[in-house]
Amino acid sequence: MTNSLRAPYDGVVIAAPVTIPYVRYSIESAQWWIGRALNALVAQAGIKASDIDGLCVSSFTMGTDSGVGLTQHFGLCVRWLDTIPLGGASAIAGLRKAARAVQARDADIVACVAGDTNHVDSFRLTLENFSRFNQDAVYPYGAGGANSSFALIARNYMRTFGVTREDVGKIAVAQRANALRNPHALMKAPLTMEQYLAARPISDPIHLFDCVMPCAGAEAFLVMRDETAASLGLPAARLLSTIERHNAFADDPMQVRGGWAMDVGELYAMAGVKPDDLDIVQTYDDYPIITMMQFEDLGFCRKGEGAAFVRQHDLTIDGDFPHNTSGGQLSVGQAGAAGAYLGLVEGLRQVLGTAGTTQVRNASLALASGFGMINYDRGLASGAAILAGPSR
Amino acid sequence: MIDPIKPPRRKNPLLRTRLPASPPRARSRTSHGFTRAAAEGRFMLQRCDACGSFAYPAREACPSCLSSDLPFVDAPRRGLLLAETTARVPSDVYFRERAPWRIGLVKMDCGPTIVAHLHGDCVEGAAVRMSLQLDKSGQAVAFAHPEGETPNMSDDKQYREMTADPKFRRVLVTNGRTVIGQEAVAALKAAGAKTVFVGVAEPWRPFAGENLLRGQDGIEIVTLDAADEKSATDLAADVGGKVDILVNTTEYVRPGGLLDRRGTSIARDEIDQAYLGFINLAQAFGPAMRMRGADGINSSSAWVNILSVYALANWPAFGAYSASQAACLSFSHCLRAELRPGGVKVMNLFTGPVDTEWFQTVPPPKVAPRAIAQAIVSGLKAGLEEMYVGDVAEEIRQRLAANPKALERELDR
Amino acid sequence: MQSKNLLELASAISSGAVRVVDLTFTLSPDFPVIVLPPEFGQAAPVRIQEISRYDSRGPAWYWNNVTFGEHTGTHFDAPIHWFTGKDLPNNAVDTMPPKDMIAPACVIDCSAQAAQDPDFVLTVPLVEAWETKHGRIPARHWVLLRTDWSKKGWRDYANLRDDGAHTPGPNPAVMKWLVEERGVIGFGTETIGTDAGQAGHFDPPYPAHHFLHGAGRYGLQCLCNLDQLPPTGAVIVASPLKIQNGSGSPLRVIALVAST
Repeated sequence: MTNSLRAPYDGVVIAAPVTIPYVRYSIESAQWWIGRALNALVAQAGIKASDIDGLCVSSFTMGTDSGVGLTQHFGLCVRWLDTIPLGGASAIAGLRKAARAVQARDADIVACVAGDTNHVDSFRLTLENFSRFNQDAVYPYGAGGANSSFALIARNYMRTFGVTREDVGKIAVAQRANALRNPHALMKAPLTMEQYLAARPISDPIHLFDCVMPCAGAEAFLVMRDETAASLGLPAARLLSTIERHNAFADDPMQVRGGWAMDVGELYAMAGVKPDDLDIVQTYDDYPIITMMQFEDLGFCRKGEGAAFVRQHDLTIDGDFPHNTSGGQLSVGQAGAAGAYLGLVEGLRQVLGTAGTTQVRNASLALASGFGMINYDRGLASGAAILAGPSR
Repeated sequence: MIDPIKPPRRKNPLLRTRLPASPPRARSRTSHGFTRAAAEGRFMLQRCDACGSFAYPAREACPSCLSSDLPFVDAPRRGLLLAETTARVPSDVYFRERAPWRIGLVKMDCGPTIVAHLHGDCVEGAAVRMSLQLDKSGQAVAFAHPEGETPNMSDDKQYREMTADPKFRRVLVTNGRTVIGQEAVAALKAAGAKTVFVGVAEPWRPFAGENLLRGQDGIEIVTLDAADEKSATDLAADVGGKVDILVNTTEYVRPGGLLDRRGTSIARDEIDQAYLGFINLAQAFGPAMRMRGADGINSSSAWVNILSVYALANWPAFGAYSASQAACLSFSHCLRAELRPGGVKVMNLFTGPVDTEWFQTVPPPKVAPRAIAQAIVSGLKAGLEEMYVGDVAEEIRQRLAANPKALERELDR
Repeated sequence: MQSKNLLELASAISSGAVRVVDLTFTLSPDFPVIVLPPEFGQAAPVRIQEISRYDSRGPAWYWNNVTFGEHTGTHFDAPIHWFTGKDLPNNAVDTMPPKDMIAPACVIDCSAQAAQDPDFVLTVPLVEAWETKHGRIPARHWVLLRTDWSKKGWRDYANLRDDGAHTPGPNPAVMKWLVEERGVIGFGTETIGTDAGQAGHFDPPYPAHHFLHGAGRYGLQCLCNLDQLPPTGAVIVASPLKIQNGSGSPLRVIALVAST
């Protein structure tokens, strides 16, 4: 195990996991969803809005609003502000920045929040305006949505490493089992392997149950120092380590690994734990194939062994490798940028012991990862964080 | 292997004609380097002047060395198809209507990876040959072809979306009195056009070559004086709904410029024939063509103008003629914009002096009418937007790009 | 003349006792025009461009812009049209005496000969034979050459071959004779031009133009319905547009014919 040269996140804690239950379509705005999340944060933490002196926001659908516009909108007066447009990596990136801010006392209580609405046409509009490379070189090919781009990655990965659809399906099926225990999951029907395999093709080899359902919702948490949490009487989890990487392995002709593989040693070294020590893992599951990649890149198995790893483990809440315990984006829904937060917020609940019906017994060490921004032919942003609950 | 397309049956009049949809159109300004290349059938990529590496998609700085000197250059077309996928339920209306639609990721021998539309005969793991094509929104897209020839190659469903192949289409050649018009008729017929309507103005005037047109299977002589509003409208009322490709072979060449050709009556004829004729044709045939851009195998697909290259730079010996051509060139861009929602291409074919009577005293090289006709067909089959036919046209273009003032002075001879 | 005679004429026209025969082709873009070698200036063809038709360009009205050359459609030739008449007084359509616009006509039916020979030419003996039957052609009368050419399809009407048009017309002798010996006011035909299609090879070339306009007389061409006129007794009304210094103009030509 390598040693980390980075300053530890001593004294940094995360508290008040908030999920505003998702809906498929919403006539409300992103600002409405973000406002609800802030309101829930304040209520759960027992603080006043004026106690929040740092704000970190992620959203695809805020229109012309910036973070600073939101401060006036919500009556917040903050001395630290960030807006993180990193898609599925936004939660990890936001957490990293907020952690250093409270550690350095640039702020005392940072509200990290992500929320998006989903009007009937807003997903398509988001796709159309996603990025310049996407606009120039992907969207004109009918690959609207990441489906076709990930289909190419999935096909190459599956062929290269001998992965079957059944291997990939096991991830989705397990997550659906988890989701059935989460009252807020949008997917409420059980999913069998037969159903998974028989699903309608979207963009070969991606089929219907490989895809997330775009929806509206919001997620949030608070980042503060441990003494602040103690003074508020707030249960909180310690931040042990994080990594973040963008545009890694640019010379790989096709994506078979994410930026995690570049920094995974650092992740565990800084936390002082081994992969085996983790009680729960929350990966970024925009497609189950990406989750399989993360099992490899986050050190649970070697490259090319992801399928075997999945075959050998039970990924459900009660299994030997509890994974995406809320059901993940695949079964809960993808509420835009809030999708980045979903795993981290659920992981926080797990180590705080407040996950309720999806609670893994005695969970105290969690890993959450993020992955985002398929700008052209691959996801560019990756990140991960390890949290420890009060019992550890 | 591609199955050959079948001759379309007659339309079922009970079915609504599907209106054209356009694939996504937005592009960055830099990305229009590809549009320029595609318009002429070239394959160009950005290559860094500083370090020599190729880049894709369009960039403002080299990802290898951050140099901003990234000109578009002709690039090697060969690549390897790394992976393919078939989109079955795309969110975009255009693609959803045409699903399943195959795309793939191509690793170019020269470096970059390119998301591309796939010809049906492309095989994963095998070499491909890339082209840039103008899609139905008129924007450049990358298209991967199998490396070698395959049977019925141009009948590929996805490729045919990029082209205006005359096969099974119905063509109106607006002026059959000229040699160019007659050669165009023959070439289009040979390229598989179902019907070629041939416009003849003043049918009471006999003309050379008339026998070659009359009584031929699939060739219909129709009365059309493009310069006459009513004549164009009347013909459109008869066949406007069947014109899939319009080839504007209007030809009115007269020598002379300003000071030594008295009055305006010849200039007026030039404007009447070339420019107002263009307007009449556009107004008579354009709206139906725009509406029929997605009308099956024989959807409307292209408008072809044959223009003098002196539309780009005035040749004083034929100064008024050059001006009339410049007017047509300018308006062709307007037509292109207005036909664009229908996915109908406007192809401008630039020629130098043609080997016809009106350029009798001009020394060679001159363009053979047959070469123009063949260029029309090859341009339609490749889905081009700009063509320069013959050495003079190509040279004028290059000289114009090099130094417009030098060209202006040198044309004054 | 007393005004009552004029009123009687008007009343006879109204009642149909005097028939009005329209000798005019519809002025349209597709009507054949004279063909000159392409290096010469060309007659602008008739163009009709809609200004509005009860539409956004003019909601309640329909009208057109019309352009044409002076010598298109059924048209009138003034003396100034030809070099032989260029120096005569009042030789243009705007200055010619208005009284010349109404005159009687002698109609010479050569339709049988023209049907046999498109290059048929009218000669002095043929006119003399006509005079034997119908009397001497009086001065200041039109002579109209009936060939039934106006009944042909337009391709045959123009009848262009690679050595030019082949259409009937007068020979030089008869034109000189009609002008000088008979004092006709003008000569009219059904064909494109008062001269024969091949008249450029006559001596002088285009004799109808040469002699008529040189003597201040007029031409009418592209006439139709000559078969509805009697050999003598019809009165022709032919008033060209008053174009400044105009060499001719399309016009409406009508004939008044007594019904008995």
